[in-house]
Formats: sequence, C-alpha cells, structure tokens
Amino acid sequence: MEYFLQQLINGLTLGAIYGLIAIGYTMVYGIIGMINFAHGDIYMIGAFMAIIWFLVTGLLGITWVPLAILVMLVLSMIFTATYGWTIERFAYKPLRGSQRLAALISAIGMSIFLENYVQLLQGARVKPLQPMVQGGIAVMERADGFVVNLSYLQIIIMALTLALMLGFSQLISRTELGRRQRACEQDQTMAALLGVDVDRTISITFVIGAALAAVAGVMVTLYYGVIDFYIGFLAGLKAFTAAVLGGIGSITGAMVGGLLIGLIEAYWSAYFSVEYKDVAAFSILVLVLIFRPYGILGKPEIEKV
Amino acid sequence: MLEVEGVHTYYGAIEALKGVDIEVREGEIVTLIGANGAGKSTLLMTICGSPRARRGQIRLRGKDITQAPMHEIVRQGVAQSPEGRRIFPRMTVLENLQMGAMTAHPDNFERNLGRAFELFPRLKERQHQRGGTLSGGEQQMLAIARALMSEPRLLLLDEPSLGLAPMVVKQIFQVIEQINREEKVTVFLVEQNAFHALRLADRGYVMVNGRIAMQGTGRELLADEEVRTAYLEGGH
Ligand SMILES: Nc1ncnc2c1ncn2[C@@H]1O[C@H](COP(=O)(O)OP(=O)(O)OP(=O)(O)O)[C@@H](O)[C@H]1O
Ligand SMILES: [Mg+2]
Repeated sequence: MEYFLQQLINGLTLGAIYGLIAIGYTMVYGIIGMINFAHGDIYMIGAFMAIIWFLVTGLLGITWVPLAILVMLVLSMIFTATYGWTIERFAYKPLRGSQRLAALISAIGMSIFLENYVQLLQGARVKPLQPMVQGGIAVMERADGFVVNLSYLQIIIMALTLALMLGFSQLISRTELGRRQRACEQDQTMAALLGVDVDRTISITFVIGAALAAVAGVMVTLYYGVIDFYIGFLAGLKAFTAAVLGGIGSITGAMVGGLLIGLIEAYWSAYFSVEYKDVAAFSILVLVLIFRPYGILGKPEIEKV
Repeated sequence: MLEVEGVHTYYGAIEALKGVDIEVREGEIVTLIGANGAGKSTLLMTICGSPRARRGQIRLRGKDITQAPMHEIVRQGVAQSPEGRRIFPRMTVLENLQMGAMTAHPDNFERNLGRAFELFPRLKERQHQRGGTLSGGEQQMLAIARALMSEPRLLLLDEPSLGLAPMVVKQIFQVIEQINREEKVTVFLVEQNAFHALRLADRGYVMVNGRIAMQGTGRELLADEEVRTAYLEGGH
C-alpha cells in the first residue's frame, strides 16, 4: 500500500511533465494536422535553457531559490518559445499547402538538426544541475521503515502544472485568442473570412506549445539533475503517445493522457521491470492506435456541417 | 461599392471564372443566378481572396483589393455568408457570433448582438448550443447573423435559401430586405431560387459557365423568355 502510494506520487509527477509536452503536440496537430516531431527536442532545448539560466542567476547573485527558479522558468519559456516560432517560420510555413509528408519529413529533419545543434554547442556528455530544492514531507511510514515521501520539488511540479493547465484551459475556452485558435482548428478559410490572421494564429500555437514544453524541460532538469541532448527523443515519443491516448487534438485529452502514461510507467517499473518501462508506454501507443485511434476523449468525426 | 473587372479564377488548370465583370452600387440589392457549377460561389470567394483572381481587378469603394490579405478584406467592410454556411461546429452560437464581431468595435458588441437576436429570435434561445447541433435553417440564420456582426457595408450571401422550408425561406428574404432598407447594407446575393431573388433585387446577373451571360433589372430578367425557361420553369 505504501509502495503503491509512493508510485502514485512519482507517476503523477512524471505524468505532469508528459502532459505539458503533450499539449504542444495536440495543439499543433489540431491546427495544421501535422505531428511536430521536433517538439520533443524543443523540450530538450527548454531543459538546457534551465542550466544556462541557472548559471546566469548565479552570476547575477540571485541566491534566493524561489526567485532563481522563477527567473529560470520565465527566461527559458521566452527563449524556447522563440525557437518554436523560428522553427515554424522556416521549417514548416514554407511547406504549408504542399503534401503532408513534406512537412512531416521537415519536422524529422528539424528534430535531427536540433539534437546535433545542441550536441555541438553543449557537448555530448550529460550536464548536471546541482539540487536546488531539497527535502520533502514524509506522508506515511511502514512498519519496516519504508517512508512514503512527497518531495517539495514534486509538490512544485504538480502545483505548477495544475496552475498552467487551468490557466491554459481558460485561455482557450474564454479569451478571444482562444476563440481564434479554435476557429482556425475548425475551419481556416472561414476564420480568415471573419478577419483572423491564420498564419499568425498558427505561429502563436507553436509559441504556446514551446513555452509549455520549456516548463517541462526546466522541471525535469530540476527533478533528475542531469540532462543530455538526447532526452527529447524518448520524452517526445512518450508525450506523443499521451496525446494519442487522450485523443489527438483534444487539450484535456493531452493532460489526461500525460498523467496516465506517467502512472503506467511508474507502476510498470515498480512492479514489473525497470528495464522495460519504455516498452510499456509504446505498447499502449500501438494498442490505442489499433483499437481506439481517436483516443479516450477524442471523438470519431461525426459532426453535421 | 464593388467593381469586378475582367476576373479570371482557376482551380489548378480548370478555369472557373473566364473574365467576369460585375458592378454593385451603394445601397443596392444585386443578385447573381446561374446553373450548378456556373462559378457563382467561386466569384464570391474570389472577392474575398480565396481563391485569388489570376487576372482582372476587384475594387471596393475605388480601392483595389485584388491582392489584399484575406483577413484584411472584412476590415474593408465586406462580410460573407458562404456556401455551406461554414458554422464553427464545436463553438456555441454565441461564440460563432463573437467570431463574427472580431473586427467590429467591442463597444458595439451588445447592440449588434441584440440586433441579431431581434432578426433571428431562434438564435437567442439557442445561444449556448453548439453550432454543429443546429438545424439547417438555424445554421443559415446563424451564418447571416455572424456576417452582420462585423457591421459590413457590403454583404455577400451564397444561396441563403438552400434546403430550407418555404416558411424559413420567406423569413430569410424578409430579413435581407430589412437589412438593406433599415441599415443601408448593400447586398450581393447568389441564389438558385431565382424567382424570389429577382423579385427582391434591384438588378441581376446571369452566369453561365464562368461568364456573365445576361444582366438587367430584376423585373427585366423575370420577364425574359430565356431566363424563364432556364431558371424559373417549375419554380415558385
Ligand atoms: N475547390 C475546387 N477545386 C476544383 N474545382 C472546383 C473547386 N470548387 C469549385 N470547382 C469547380 O469550379 C466550377 C464552379 O464552381 P462553383 O462552386 O463556383 O459553382 P456554383 O455556381 O457556385 O455552383 P452551385 O450552384 O452548385 O453552388 C465548377 O465546375 C466546380 O467543379
Ligand atoms: Mg455555389
């Protein structure tokens, strides 16, 4: 029971991170019908940004940890969002209107480019970040001394993710920006007829997706303490699986899918085998694609138009 | 108000408009009739920039808009209720209307919304329902109301009576007339329902195979033998 609870905490933390990345996949898919294979690498860039801005906060003499983390988050979001915008502008926008396969290949190329770019600039070895947030709460203790621990960092990750997701859902459902975004998802020509700048809305989608992935990147760097240029590949695939599991195109689906993948991974490594934890996530991808390709919250297209 | 001059539009290699000239003057209701596939919808969409005219010129109050970005054209005072209505299916009625109001001044929103609900009381009852779940007639009302939310000077309507019960058709035509008389909105109306349209319109054009084959006042065209046999036989 105690062990189960510990895995629940770990799984939710991991799931929060996957969920944040998955939103970027699902939004881009929703608006231009393309799987942005470079999105995992955007997340990786966000993780490297965390280390870079950590060093800068050190140089600036910011020693108060909450402020340092805030500065790291905000700057990483801004700079990673710039990467997101640039990639869309130069790798995808020129291909709009051509075959879907062209954009997909461009995305894969972009992914390889980003990995090599970071490897060249930052080296191939893992980068460490010293622990910034330590300690936690002992939730429960078993007779044999096993302690269920909820670390402060886990609390931060879950709370921040929750706040971002709530804020983001409000943005999409309540604001003019959100309406424009949804209008472009549903009918771009009609949106343009009503005065929506479709290109700009697509750019904003990439910017938002990248900013959320940057948060995930910063959190992962704080959580694991080490990163390398290759982390975007696996995390990206898992977040993509989360987006498909939740129903690609559905934002709530991406969040739910992320949490599920995190939990599955945590329990799988706890009760079966750590070595094969990635297999669990991808078996799910295969099963979902075969039996419920529109995911848990997605709907098969049956709308009257 | 609107001048279309020698416009050619293509879909790939297919020439859908083969040199179209049309003029719509301020305050008029002008109708365009023609058989299926004549190019009527293509003309309305070309005016709004998608597809683009490959040759020719489109002017709005003297200003050349042939190459203007699509999302800028509505800011010049042109709104369209397009073929197929194109309601955003996963947005509520209210949200669809908010989309229509995007380019209008926010201060006028409540007034324009009240006006839309006055013209189509059905929409008020259903304002929180999703667009995709409305009936065909309700969707048509929403498409027209949405176009009006931008406070257009020129309203382009593509077959607003298509597939609707005679009662609803009558209501829609009444609203078109009302908008034109009371709000001085110029109307360019594409219709299969030639009898109704020509009776309502000040002037009309007949399109055949991507070209304007005939033009005249509504009365003249209604009386014309060719028009009667081609577009009115068995009608009304
Ligand atoms: N997206 C498209 N791609 C290729 N051809 C098209 C496209 N849209 C229309 N066409 C062709 O252009 C021609 C004109 O079509 P358009 O829709 O303008 O006709 P219409 O007069 O509006 O007909 P209807 O009364 O049936 O609505 C038709 O031959 C049609 O097949
Ligand atoms: Mg048509």
